[in-house]
Amino acid sequence: MLVHLPILQVIVPLIAAPACLILRRPKLVWLFALFASSLAFIISILLLQQVMTAGTISYELGGWSPPWGIEYRIDKLNAFIALIISGISTVVLLAAQTSIEKEIPKDKQPLFYILYLLSLSGMLGIVTTGDAFNVFVFLEISSLSAYSLIALGKDRRALWASFQYLIMGTIGATFILIGIGLMYQMTGTLNMADLAVRLPEVAETRTITTAYVFFIVGVCLKLALFPLHFWLPNAYAYAPSIVTAFFAATSTKVAAYLLIRFTFSIFGISFSFTTLPIETMFLVMGLLGIFIASTVAIYQDNIKHVFAYSSVAQVGYMIVGFSLSTPAGLTAMLLHMFNHALMKGALFMALVAIMYRVGSSKINDLQGLGRQMPLTVAAIVVGGLSLIGVPLTVGFVSKWYLVVAAIEKGWWWLAGLVLLGSLLAVIYVWRIVETAYFKAPILGQQPVKEAPMAILVPVWLLVSANVYFGIDTRFSVEIAASAAKSLFGVAQ
Amino acid sequence: MIFSLETLLQLCILLPIFATLFIVAFRRHPNLREAVSLATSLCVFYAVVTIYLGLDAGETIAVHWLQVLPGLSLSFSVEPLGMIFALIASFLWFVTIIYSIGYMRGHNEDHQTRFFCCFAIAIGSVMGVAFADNLFTLFIFYEVLTLSTYPLVTHAGTDAAKKGGRVYLGILLSTSVAFFLFAILGTWVIAGTLDFTQGGVFPVDANTTLLGIILVLFIFGIGKAAIMPFHRWLPAAMVAPTPVSALLHAVAVVKAGVFTVMKVGMFIFGLDLLIVLPTTQFLLYLAGASVLLASFVAMRQDNLKARLAYSTVSQLGYITIGVLLATSSGVIASSMNIAMHAFGKITLFFCAGAILVAAHKSNISEMRGLGRQMPFTMVAFFIGSLSIIGLPPTGGTWSKWYLLMATLETDQLIIMVILMLSSLLNIAYLMPIPFHAFFSISPAKNEHGVATAKVQIKEAPTASLIAIGIAALGCLVLFIYPNPLYELASAILEPQQSTHGN
Repeated sequence: MLVHLPILQVIVPLIAAPACLILRRPKLVWLFALFASSLAFIISILLLQQVMTAGTISYELGGWSPPWGIEYRIDKLNAFIALIISGISTVVLLAAQTSIEKEIPKDKQPLFYILYLLSLSGMLGIVTTGDAFNVFVFLEISSLSAYSLIALGKDRRALWASFQYLIMGTIGATFILIGIGLMYQMTGTLNMADLAVRLPEVAETRTITTAYVFFIVGVCLKLALFPLHFWLPNAYAYAPSIVTAFFAATSTKVAAYLLIRFTFSIFGISFSFTTLPIETMFLVMGLLGIFIASTVAIYQDNIKHVFAYSSVAQVGYMIVGFSLSTPAGLTAMLLHMFNHALMKGALFMALVAIMYRVGSSKINDLQGLGRQMPLTVAAIVVGGLSLIGVPLTVGFVSKWYLVVAAIEKGWWWLAGLVLLGSLLAVIYVWRIVETAYFKAPILGQQPVKEAPMAILVPVWLLVSANVYFGIDTRFSVEIAASAAKSLFGVAQ
Repeated sequence: MIFSLETLLQLCILLPIFATLFIVAFRRHPNLREAVSLATSLCVFYAVVTIYLGLDAGETIAVHWLQVLPGLSLSFSVEPLGMIFALIASFLWFVTIIYSIGYMRGHNEDHQTRFFCCFAIAIGSVMGVAFADNLFTLFIFYEVLTLSTYPLVTHAGTDAAKKGGRVYLGILLSTSVAFFLFAILGTWVIAGTLDFTQGGVFPVDANTTLLGIILVLFIFGIGKAAIMPFHRWLPAAMVAPTPVSALLHAVAVVKAGVFTVMKVGMFIFGLDLLIVLPTTQFLLYLAGASVLLASFVAMRQDNLKARLAYSTVSQLGYITIGVLLATSSGVIASSMNIAMHAFGKITLFFCAGAILVAAHKSNISEMRGLGRQMPFTMVAFFIGSLSIIGLPPTGGTWSKWYLLMATLETDQLIIMVILMLSSLLNIAYLMPIPFHAFFSISPAKNEHGVATAKVQIKEAPTASLIAIGIAALGCLVLFIYPNPLYELASAILEPQQSTHGN
């Protein structure tokens, strides 16, 4: 059984998805989906444990040995990411039943769980597989289900947002496919490990450069790296809140994972960072993303938009860490992927609570909410502090590592810019806090009650994770550092 | 003794924070709620005094909590400078609570539970700052202090309060993130440690230009020390209820700022390094300018609390100057001034609050003749003013004395002239207030043309008066009996036994 964990990681949610159809009743479907997601979570914990003690796991699908058969290859990097995805998915699902009651019509609720599980298995598939074409297949599974999930949003603009995402996402996926196709054409293999061996022989050709560029641009579209982020804010804002909470915390992480995997494990550092100027390009894009997206976030009047733009900015921080092209920089990026999942998970889950009670996420509708929903608003405050990077929260840990990595490289100016960027976060977070606590409730508006426990519990689970992993950093730092080290070690 | 000194040290930080639970629990019973605050403050003060006695007996007290990042831990230790700060803060907390009970009820303030809660958290974090064993721990509590005092500043909930709160949080948080944290990170990368070490942590061969820039970042980044041009938050914070202005913005918060400056100067850079850095002289002049300009601005303020706030900005400059002079008398002067200014300024703020509660006046121009109505308050105000100016028989004399000596020792004649001039300005903006209160005739009484009818004595609530009395007495006692303080201050310079907790 334990041997088959790598494939079970993907197969469990994948099979659970159609099985939901048999159950039909929303509540039963919810329990079943929760069960499947928890199972996936447990599997990823076990996998991470195995990887940390016994090293990389290679699993041959159907007994066909690679590079002919499909290989699932679990190392520290993807075990870590899979853990983030399945963990967040499980916590978010806890609140799903209560939340969608108000946001999705009853007959579509089972559909929601099916799509959710499909999306989950798609993401886990991208992360666990060791086969380049498999990546594309799972990418489509997760994306197609994501488009439909977003279209389930109550607001009619959800349809437009979903369509926009569909177009951009498909372009991205096509680019990725073109990239993979070109690699296959030059090397005749799709296995990642095999690709890594064969690519250096043909690295000098223009085809491979083209392949890499297509692939990177496609991934950056999925990653919503500035200036390819236009699909993201609306998709996040108009999707059902629970979907937003899940995607905001996980989907960009998957794209970031692909970027790391292909750059470091497949193309190799010497190709990626010396042949092409992607270092500079990413640095510029990352910094622009941090400053422009944060500034735009300040001027939004829908909190979901605020946090969506903030996500674009946070991707900027990850990419800046990536562009340092040092183990310290990569550690910072990996840490931030983990930490950002916690922050945004907590914040968007708090918005789930607000949507449930208030039915709107306009900043102005938050007036006086500090007294009516104290626990929810407090969660936003803590999540916001984490986003700013206040000590004892996870945000501080990422920022610390990123700045230290920049200074170690001798880029003092970059360290300064990163810190300045977090000041912008102070502004957009504080606008929300001030409205919630210091503005009197709008006259004539019905006072609302605190959110139900079913939502509060997952919210505070994530909030406490923000604080816990901000104080006890052994887990996240150790994994991120050793994953980064082995990625650099392999490539050198 | 029941508790070990280590336990007491942790209790100082944790007790106020746990007390909030009880404060919230007793929110419907004001008397019980205030009793919790009072009892906690007494316990904390008792703990601090016990620690002081232990330190005096030569014990080393250090606690290590946990390691947050490799090499960065939350740990605490006791050294004389932190001891001074902790003693003052815990004692004045107790006094302020007595005062607040009178003030908050006399003034019918809302949200008193939130008020006492945030107050307690703020004091807990002040204790954390005072006993921090490394820059990292200090930074954490420094930020907690900022965040916990924000609701106190915006307490009134009015537009003015919100605006004040925005400036307050904006300046303190942005300087601390953009400069202070940056400087800490720079220190970490260059020195590889953030532990406070006698004589500094930087390697001998470190680039002095770079270190000079880091010093500038520190001085600007420690926004709580209110060196111009990052002083605006302090006047902005004056929208808070008076007890907050009194304890936090004359004692706890601003002193946390200059205390951090002192810690950085002495235990991160070290005095020997401080002298040779290329930017020290520039910063000295900047602090000097801050002292003078703030005094000038203070003269033009008609609002009593605003005038006191600018006076604080100016006095904080003294303390920064003391450290940057980098001599033993400078350090002694600075650490003594932390205490002296605390007692002097808290007296003044208490008086300002008493005037507001009893006579409903906040502008200086309306306070003529007030001495007859509130003689006790005005006498206390006079004593507090003397201490701020630095005249006998008040404690302020000593710190000014040592500071002038330090400027002479280091031939900083310009700074000396600035200090003298500033003392004159202090007289000019503080003395007229009690003077007019006693010797001018209240214009309001003359309006009716009635030959001043017998003025009723109407003082603030008794609880507040007791607090004012204690604080004013403190100013006098520190003049006659400054010795323990002086000993602590000079002990800062002595090489200590290694007290690091890790």
